[in-house]
Amino acid sequence: MFKILKSFSCAVALFGVASVLGGCDLVMFNPKGAIGLEQARIITIAFILMMLIVVPVIIMTIVIAWRYRASNPRAKYDPEWSHSTTLEILCWGIPCIIICILGTIAWVTSHTLDPYRPLDSTTKPLTIQAVALDWKWVFIYPEQGIATINYIDIPVNTPISFQVASEGPMNALWIPQLGGQVYAMAGMRTRLHLIANEAGIYDGGSASYSGEGFAEMNFKVKAESAEDFAHWVESVKASPHGLTADKFNELIKPSINVPIQYFSSIAPHLFHDEIMKFMMPMGSDCSPTMSLSE
Amino acid sequence: MMHILGKLTLEAIPYDNPIIMGAAVLMSVLVLVGLFPLFYYKKWTWLWKEYLTTVDHKKIGVMYIFAAGLMLFRGFIDAIMMRTQQVMSVGMNHGYLPPEHYDQIFTAHGVIMIFFMAMPFMFGLFNLAVPLQIGARDVAFPFLNALSFWLFAVGAVLVNLSLVLGDFAGTGWLAYPPLSEVAYSPSVGVDYYIWSVQISGLGSLLSGINFFVTILKMRCPGMTLMRLPVFTWSVLASSILIIIAFPILTVTLALLLFDRYFGMHFFTVDFGGNAMMYVNLIWAWGHPEVYILILPAFGVFSEVVATFCKKRLFGYTTMVWAIAVITILSFIVWLHHFFTMGAGPDVNAVFGITTMIIAIPTGVKIFNWLFTMFRGRVQFSVPMLWTLGFLITFSIGGMTGVLMSVPAADFQLHNSLFLIAHFHNVIIGGVVFGYLAGLAYWFPKIFGFKLNERLGKCAFWCWIVGFYLSFMPLYILGFMGMTRRLYHYEASTGWHPYLVVAAVGVAVILCGIAFQVMQLVVSIKNRHHPDYKDTSGDPWDGRTLEWSLPSPAPFYNFAHVPHVHDLDAYWSEKQEKLNHPDTKHVDRSYEDIHMPRNSMLPIIIGAIAFMFGFAFIWDIQWLIILSGVGLLVATLIRSFDYDLDYYVKASEVEAIERSLGR
Amino acid sequence: MSTTSVTAAHHHHHDTEATIVYGFWIYIMSDCILFASLFATFIVLHANTFGGPGPKELFSLPYVLVETFLLLASSFTYGLGLLSAFKQKQAQVIRFLLLTFILGLSFVLMEVNEFAHLVMEGHSWKSNAFLSSFFTLVGTHGFHVTMGLIWMLSMMIQVKRHGLVRITLRKLTTLSLFWHFLDIVWIFVFTIVYLMELI
Repeated sequence: MFKILKSFSCAVALFGVASVLGGCDLVMFNPKGAIGLEQARIITIAFILMMLIVVPVIIMTIVIAWRYRASNPRAKYDPEWSHSTTLEILCWGIPCIIICILGTIAWVTSHTLDPYRPLDSTTKPLTIQAVALDWKWVFIYPEQGIATINYIDIPVNTPISFQVASEGPMNALWIPQLGGQVYAMAGMRTRLHLIANEAGIYDGGSASYSGEGFAEMNFKVKAESAEDFAHWVESVKASPHGLTADKFNELIKPSINVPIQYFSSIAPHLFHDEIMKFMMPMGSDCSPTMSLSE
Repeated sequence: MMHILGKLTLEAIPYDNPIIMGAAVLMSVLVLVGLFPLFYYKKWTWLWKEYLTTVDHKKIGVMYIFAAGLMLFRGFIDAIMMRTQQVMSVGMNHGYLPPEHYDQIFTAHGVIMIFFMAMPFMFGLFNLAVPLQIGARDVAFPFLNALSFWLFAVGAVLVNLSLVLGDFAGTGWLAYPPLSEVAYSPSVGVDYYIWSVQISGLGSLLSGINFFVTILKMRCPGMTLMRLPVFTWSVLASSILIIIAFPILTVTLALLLFDRYFGMHFFTVDFGGNAMMYVNLIWAWGHPEVYILILPAFGVFSEVVATFCKKRLFGYTTMVWAIAVITILSFIVWLHHFFTMGAGPDVNAVFGITTMIIAIPTGVKIFNWLFTMFRGRVQFSVPMLWTLGFLITFSIGGMTGVLMSVPAADFQLHNSLFLIAHFHNVIIGGVVFGYLAGLAYWFPKIFGFKLNERLGKCAFWCWIVGFYLSFMPLYILGFMGMTRRLYHYEASTGWHPYLVVAAVGVAVILCGIAFQVMQLVVSIKNRHHPDYKDTSGDPWDGRTLEWSLPSPAPFYNFAHVPHVHDLDAYWSEKQEKLNHPDTKHVDRSYEDIHMPRNSMLPIIIGAIAFMFGFAFIWDIQWLIILSGVGLLVATLIRSFDYDLDYYVKASEVEAIERSLGR
Repeated sequence: MSTTSVTAAHHHHHDTEATIVYGFWIYIMSDCILFASLFATFIVLHANTFGGPGPKELFSLPYVLVETFLLLASSFTYGLGLLSAFKQKQAQVIRFLLLTFILGLSFVLMEVNEFAHLVMEGHSWKSNAFLSSFFTLVGTHGFHVTMGLIWMLSMMIQVKRHGLVRITLRKLTTLSLFWHFLDIVWIFVFTIVYLMELI
């Protein structure tokens, strides 16, 4: 399985070189995880398939327009010619075939690459709960009992199971080099499964506009060995701060450019309550919706 | 105690913000320059009688396109501001726009370009061409047509008013909740958005009904459906889409308004609201909207290709069926705008595949245009250049669209600049090119003189070069992981050079627009010159009925209602005359023509609708009630008026026709 | 030639009225979509009571049944009115229109009363998403009926003033389309909002 992916990563890299400006960092074609790799492969295949139609169309446009220009008396002129069954069959048939192939790819890959589908791996997945606040990300590691703001540390070759929610406006959790995004919404838990197959530091952020501080909702993802990750968890546990419910409510207030922070403990059921508070009345922490017509 | 002006105070005017005030001054200067000839030549009565109270579809069309031109300018200034901000705002530098201002600009850009540039431009072309193409003397409901225009105008005025009074939405052009709810956007910006789109949307719905009925009920004898010009077919399809899609928009915006104004909970985060429902509803309108805009552009290209290749359109029947298939499919693809919302692989895949299927009829149309050029006599006039530019550009845009319809790929490409590049690729390369081609094509029919070819070609080359410079870098930036709507980014991303190229592209497009303004000025100046003046009424050797009329067409269009015997009605009539030159011209006598009277009610209703929207935006309750009653009274006044039309006497028709040399 | 011109004009007028009725049909179709969207939002949100009382606690079927019969009866009387219009019986038309108006008005008043009760008991459109969608859907129908009532009043005056001429007949026809359409929408409201929630 992995070998195939590797060979395709070469194809993907080739595409990167072939693209007009090979020198730039096309992060989407420089994936560091199996999901991102597969997605880059799909984009490449779909692109090549469609070139089969687009390139001839562009060439035909230029050639026909030039050949049959009004100033060229040698070209054949047939003002009433407006029907040809063969051509009609061809111009319905060829797009149909291409779309059949693409449709099959779309069907298969939207199942294999469903962000909700747990990854096939012998390693036990790591769960991270991501909450989008105005305008920062809180990442909760429920199994380790720690939390961070605007920073993710993960072990390589370990599937990461993200559970994603939002406090208010919609956001989208996106780490391009590891794979596609999924929306973060209030009162809802969406899921995203990713994996990093190479150690390194990758950019992440929100892909869905959420207001004034949206541009600053960036974070780094550090993928490192399992031992280094364990060390990191220990170091976070040594942090003097804990993520209590009060602290969380304080974080909910809008703020921009929030520095990375570590929390050595988390309030019980924090993520669950964050989602459920929008579903049922839970006392004072429901933000009252104002009415204009008072 | 309620303030007499609701929430409106002097603080609503951002006089301390030089950029906004500068923009406001610029807009005012623009309007004043536009109005200057009226002051100078004292043409106010003329304006009122001939345009503001008119129910003539041709004049309404002119007003639509005039307004669309102004709005194109406004929306384009927004684009320039965004591009310069993104060039400047890298690393330590945060540019010249604070985020809350930048957010309003990209929102206004989207709203203006779709609702107040593309839509009126489209309705303008409907109005100019459809009744003439089907041999009708006006649309089915001329009064309603004028009302539609004024409702659109009210929306446009509200959007621009937000510049100097309060602010505009900073939510993105579709105003997704919860961000657009009071809790996160407490200012009047979103209310401006809701009311401007709502009121103009009502106008669009009425226009959709109007043109649907016009095409089905007002065709001249012999004009069967399968003899309709393809442009008219595309207008019919577009009208069907409007009739079905716009009520959904009306409901969606109304529910958002109810949330904001009455404290309801349709899309709020708590009390059981469901923001995902808004996303579904708005795209159930939004996707058909894309086809509402593009189908008429396809129609224009079909007319232009056949005319300027001097050849019958290849595969007329196929073209019509392709339009019909696109019309139906456009309603079952909306979910592809949010594959990333977690609908599950089955749903995503189904919507991905229906989206791809749309590419089939679209591809067929492209092939048919190519085969029309094949064995034709291609004249590289301005409308034809736009068409060639479209064929190449739209193929690329279509391809990137299909690319994103693969759900697994979309998880990466969604919300990135790749998406932005894609839809500009199809909207500029398809819609804008199409409408500009249509304008150049029908211009002589409406005004009686042609536009300058040389300047038109300069404009075309600037537009197309500028387009590729502006948007190809955006595709690459998408691959580089840049999301949309960023007012600032880090230098380490390596995005900066590409954004500089994009900004240069915008400057080139600006040159294109400058050439178009010059083209208009030069052509108006030389309108009596024989190179410009259209004396025959048929400057392009056209194929459809509108070219059988003198230019400009008389207000009643057809002195004699034509009888159609073939597709390409006027072409075959001309062929007939060529083949049988000795056939005597029958001197038919004229008859009285039944015409609707002008009315000042549409503009008055528009004014009251403006007050109604304004009162809601600023929560001025007495004005809400007053203007609400005003709307009802105006409707009743119209209902009680039984003297709505008159007859143009046969002798008068004869005199007009003789003066036009017929 | 002049005679043909007159018949052509007459034909044209006849055409105009048919076109207007056809256009009104299309408007009703678009209104159908509007209601369909509102029904969809109601169906999506009907369980989102945010811990508040649901339809079972809030609605009374017998009361709504009375409303339903009032509206159905008004459709019937309007139909009778239209029949008399085609028979050129002016006085009878106005009587039937008045009867329809009274039935329609009673419907609207009953609905307003139901709304007022709910609000006074603390269940307003601000309470939760279910009630927001309920008030919006049923209220939009009620608003349509109110507009229909105003139109009906204006028609009584117009019939009185102009008699049963071409234009008034056409207007009575379009109003009849509108009125029956609202009846059909109400059947759906009754079934989806009340019946399906209560049984």
